[in-house]
Amino acid sequence: MSRLRSIGAFWYDFVVGDDWRVAVVVVAVLALTAVLVHAAGVNAWWLLPVFVFAALGWSLRRATRS
Amino acid sequence: MTALPLILTVFVACAVEAIEALTIVLAAGLTREWRSTFQGMAVALAVLAAIVAALGPTITLLPLTALRLVVGALLAIFGLQWLRKAILRATGYKSLHDEASAYLREVTAAKAAAPSSRGRVHDWYAFTLSFKGVLLEGLEVVFIVITFGANQHDVGAAVIGAAAAVIVVAVTGVLVRAPLARVPENAMKFAVGIMLTSFGIFWGAEGAGVSWPGQDAALLVLVPVVALVALCYTVLLRPRRGRSPAEPAAEQVVSS
Repeated sequence: MSRLRSIGAFWYDFVVGDDWRVAVVVVAVLALTAVLVHAAGVNAWWLLPVFVFAALGWSLRRATRS
Repeated sequence: MTALPLILTVFVACAVEAIEALTIVLAAGLTREWRSTFQGMAVALAVLAAIVAALGPTITLLPLTALRLVVGALLAIFGLQWLRKAILRATGYKSLHDEASAYLREVTAAKAAAPSSRGRVHDWYAFTLSFKGVLLEGLEVVFIVITFGANQHDVGAAVIGAAAAVIVVAVTGVLVRAPLARVPENAMKFAVGIMLTSFGIFWGAEGAGVSWPGQDAALLVLVPVVALVALCYTVLLRPRRGRSPAEPAAEQVVSS
């Protein structure tokens, strides 16, 4: 069980890293983009870059304030 | 997209990881024993090659849209990690990865460890140190090789970029017989972070269903824009800090 936990922790750290909020933003915005494209017919190519830049800034701000 | 940007991106990313692996291998080999060190390195490389051989062809069987969505999300998250660390290091909030001090730490630990042998391995410590170092640093390379290669349906080109980087770093390491401390690792990580984030945004959004203006040519705008934003954050964080980068950093990081 502890080995499974350590493997899970390794992969979490490997992919998600120091700030899980960035990963949440990326996944949520991709879902929102898919909804806008397929349900509303909006070609929202600009949405992900905008939120990625904002998430990076937010994460950096948090890191430099801590 | 031609194979050249793919090969170059994988080459730079792989070179950074290979430099870090070289530091560990040199510490094990020069302090303990070369034979066990090479055994550990060979087993780790075999494991990494097996992962690429197994996952590479399998992942290309997935539908392209689903592949781009998943891989794009992972690359964007992964790339932002690299970029975040590179910016924090460039602005002094994290300590720079120093191969010379990392080498000294490994040498000190290697000298203190008691000798023990298992099976055909004379020095188990040298074997495991080398194996873990190469495997852990190599996993990031495997991730990049598979995701970039699968998305471009050209895993072979990605493997060429990775293999070339390993050969260049290994040959340089053999010639120098010291950690490659003068290589601008942070600048390389900054560049790789920009590429990973850009491709992640591009493929992720495509996977979600968007059509980029200009199709693939959008990458020619996206990469410089990501670079520009990252540089702006770097510049903005420097004066705000109000202390020199030589002072103790907020986050101390010695790993990749």
